[in-house]
Amino acid sequence: MREALEHWDFVIAAYAIGLGGLAMLTGWSWRTMRRAETRREEIRRR
Amino acid sequence: MHIYANPKRFLGIAKWLMPLLFWSGLVLSAGAIAWGLFMVPPDRLMGDSVRILFIHVPAAWLGMGGWAGIAISSAMLLIWKHPLAGIAARAIAVPGMVFTAICLATGSVWGRPTWGTWWVWDGRLTSMLVLLFLYAGYIALVQATSREGGSAKIAAIFGLVGAVNIPIINRSVVWWNSLHQPPSITMGTSAIDPVFLTPLLVAVAGFSLLFGGIVLMRMRAIIAEAQVEARLKRRALDEDAPRGGGAGAGAGEPAMGGA
Repeated sequence: MREALEHWDFVIAAYAIGLGGLAMLTGWSWRTMRRAETRREEIRRR
Repeated sequence: MHIYANPKRFLGIAKWLMPLLFWSGLVLSAGAIAWGLFMVPPDRLMGDSVRILFIHVPAAWLGMGGWAGIAISSAMLLIWKHPLAGIAARAIAVPGMVFTAICLATGSVWGRPTWGTWWVWDGRLTSMLVLLFLYAGYIALVQATSREGGSAKIAAIFGLVGAVNIPIINRSVVWWNSLHQPPSITMGTSAIDPVFLTPLLVAVAGFSLLFGGIVLMRMRAIIAEAQVEARLKRRALDEDAPRGGGAGAGAGEPAMGGA
């Protein structure tokens, strides 16, 4: 017997996981870079 | 390659290259995803779930490509002692791990409607899970060595040894029985219909550019953190020097040389 699964539910879930993970990675990388470079400039100015 | 060993020169290039890679990658990936979701027809056997291909395959290739990058950078660090090679390897680790995790998660979601199961302990899935653990181990090792003041060579050797897993992942579907399909794209040939192959290649190009942009972000962050640490250390030595030597500012220099 073949299960009747709604394929679009799986497609949406896969893209939500993938794009969500990518957005978190990008946000974290950007914030870490900005924070480190701002700190470097502050210490240079002091 | 050695002309980029100077962090100042590298940062000059990274400053304009990073946004270029990131934004062009974002546009290409978004275009490829829209193409794959709304313009590609459903597959004859897999139906609409075939659309997961356009995020799963780029994530898998970049998860493996990331470790290949770590191995190449580690070799450059060990052979030529290239100062940016260790930073590049460290910068690749987190994005590589995230892409590997995305590959495993999207593959599991794809497996349910296609194979009827979320997970099987076969060669391909298990070796990909091993890659995720290798990334986690590498990140922990790099953090421990930089915190405890250990040699960067330890992580570099781990990066090289871990590369053994890459050909295992690649050949796993040929060597062992698996629910996973055999390689669809090999050197110069493809078993995938062009209607799926073209947006897939655009997605791979887009996600690769995005990956490159994120790695450059991480490299800039690691270099800035190292510069802050070096400056604070130098300042602390300069402050200590007059008290120890009693000869003014110039006394700080021999102390730095000996450190």
